[in-house]
Amino acid sequence: MRSHAKRLPSRPIILLLQVGVLVGFFLLWHVLTVTTNLLSPFFFGTPLAVLERTFKDFASGAIWYHLGITLLETALAFGIGTVAGIAFGFWFARAPLVSVVFDPYIKAVNALPRVVLAPIFALWLGLGIWSKVALGVTLVFFIVFFNVYQGVKEVSPVVLANARMLGANSRDLFRHVYLPSALSWVFSSLHTAVGFAMVGAVVGEYLGSSAGLGYRIHQAEGVFDTVGVFSGMLVLTIFVVAIDTVVTVVEKRLLHWRPQEAQTTH
Amino acid sequence: MAEAAATAPALCLEGVTCTFPSPDGRGRTYTAVQNASFTVAAGEFVSIVGPTGSGKSTLLNVAAGLLRPSAGRALSFGQPVTGINPQAGYMFQAEALMPWKSALENVAAGLEFRGVPKREALDRAGPWLARVGLEGFGDRFPHQLSGGMRKRVALAQTLIVDPKIVLMDEPFSALDIQTRQMMENELLDLWAADRKSVVFITHDLEEAIAMSDRVLVLSAGPGSRLIGEYRITLDRPRDVAEIRMTPQFLALHKEIWGQLRDEVLKGYAQTKLR
Repeated sequence: MRSHAKRLPSRPIILLLQVGVLVGFFLLWHVLTVTTNLLSPFFFGTPLAVLERTFKDFASGAIWYHLGITLLETALAFGIGTVAGIAFGFWFARAPLVSVVFDPYIKAVNALPRVVLAPIFALWLGLGIWSKVALGVTLVFFIVFFNVYQGVKEVSPVVLANARMLGANSRDLFRHVYLPSALSWVFSSLHTAVGFAMVGAVVGEYLGSSAGLGYRIHQAEGVFDTVGVFSGMLVLTIFVVAIDTVVTVVEKRLLHWRPQEAQTTH
Repeated sequence: MAEAAATAPALCLEGVTCTFPSPDGRGRTYTAVQNASFTVAAGEFVSIVGPTGSGKSTLLNVAAGLLRPSAGRALSFGQPVTGINPQAGYMFQAEALMPWKSALENVAAGLEFRGVPKREALDRAGPWLARVGLEGFGDRFPHQLSGGMRKRVALAQTLIVDPKIVLMDEPFSALDIQTRQMMENELLDLWAADRKSVVFITHDLEEAIAMSDRVLVLSAGPGSRLIGEYRITLDRPRDVAEIRMTPQFLALHKEIWGQLRDEVLKGYAQTKLR
């Protein structure tokens, strides 16, 4: 691809630079904590200790169970939140009275910082996975809900009239016009929705649970185990990047009909 | 009943008036078309010309059943149009393809809506894409096609369900002049192959004369009326680019333009006032 913008170096070089930033960060951390002792390793950990702890956790298998729990909570929160968001989004978009009446309440609930609900959910649903799923659902639901609502509302009236002229009944309109339009909005918010499902799971675990990555971090914090906290954060980061990569692949698959940036040959 | 339908005109508008709430939202109303009546015989190609804002599309929407007139009624083959007119195909001015469907799926959509199984619908859509010159473009999505190609897809999409009457709302107005003349010729060829009734809306008088059997002239809005009707007796088959040079064409153009010019000027004055 050629463009008039300043030419970027080739991909391998960019990758090299990106790795360089990571190595540089770890080096700086190492120098500050170990070599010069400007920062106390007690409060800041050391990169080698964090990497060693993380590697050990994976090698011994101790982390897999917690990772699995967090993943399960994230998946459930995402699935339930998405289905509910699509259903309600459609209902509100197609029933103007409902949407007008509930509008202030939807906005009010959405404005509420969801973290404050975590203790309530723990009270209602216990310390198991469902209180975390519930928290994640309250986050995912609104993202999907607003996107579906927008997607249904934004269907081009001409496309709609055209489909009707071609003989589409209301079921056809739903399947061939409203749903694809709404789903394109949902997919474009997939990254945000998955991210929030995970935030719900980890925050829920952090505030009260007996398993999961959030629980691990909380545990380490309770005993001033800084290395444990950083190791937990590292695992969480790797986990998020992995999920995000999967989402990007899925998104490319599902939105292939969307215009990309101008491109010449593949 | 069947005999009545056979002899009844493909389309008949009787005293159609369309009044809309005024866009300034102060309770006033705006009358787009006033007391419009015309008929389109089976197999006839009729163009409606008029200045901008003369309610041309409004008339077409009434004929399609997308819009209910405030007064008067539309009949299609003797049947009053209530709801979507099942005899009619509609080619819109704006982009009307479903962007999430490939060209082939877009062409097949009408058949699918009519209960044809998806596989068969796609099989039958293939030849139609070829007829509008898009063989091998079936798997492209609308955004991957040029404006002219999208219009071809739309044409195939409209014609595949074999409507008895085709309503076209300035279908080629967004195309450059060369592509446009090519599309016009192709449309005439397709039309000659099986004579459907066509109502063709345009603001381009030359296009109207080159294509039609009859040209109707609308006055400037608001409250547009049909003020002129001209029979176009040029020989067919026609080539839209060449026929523009013939003396017959020029005489017709001069005659109709004499009437249309005043309306265009009035319409222009209106838009300046607004």
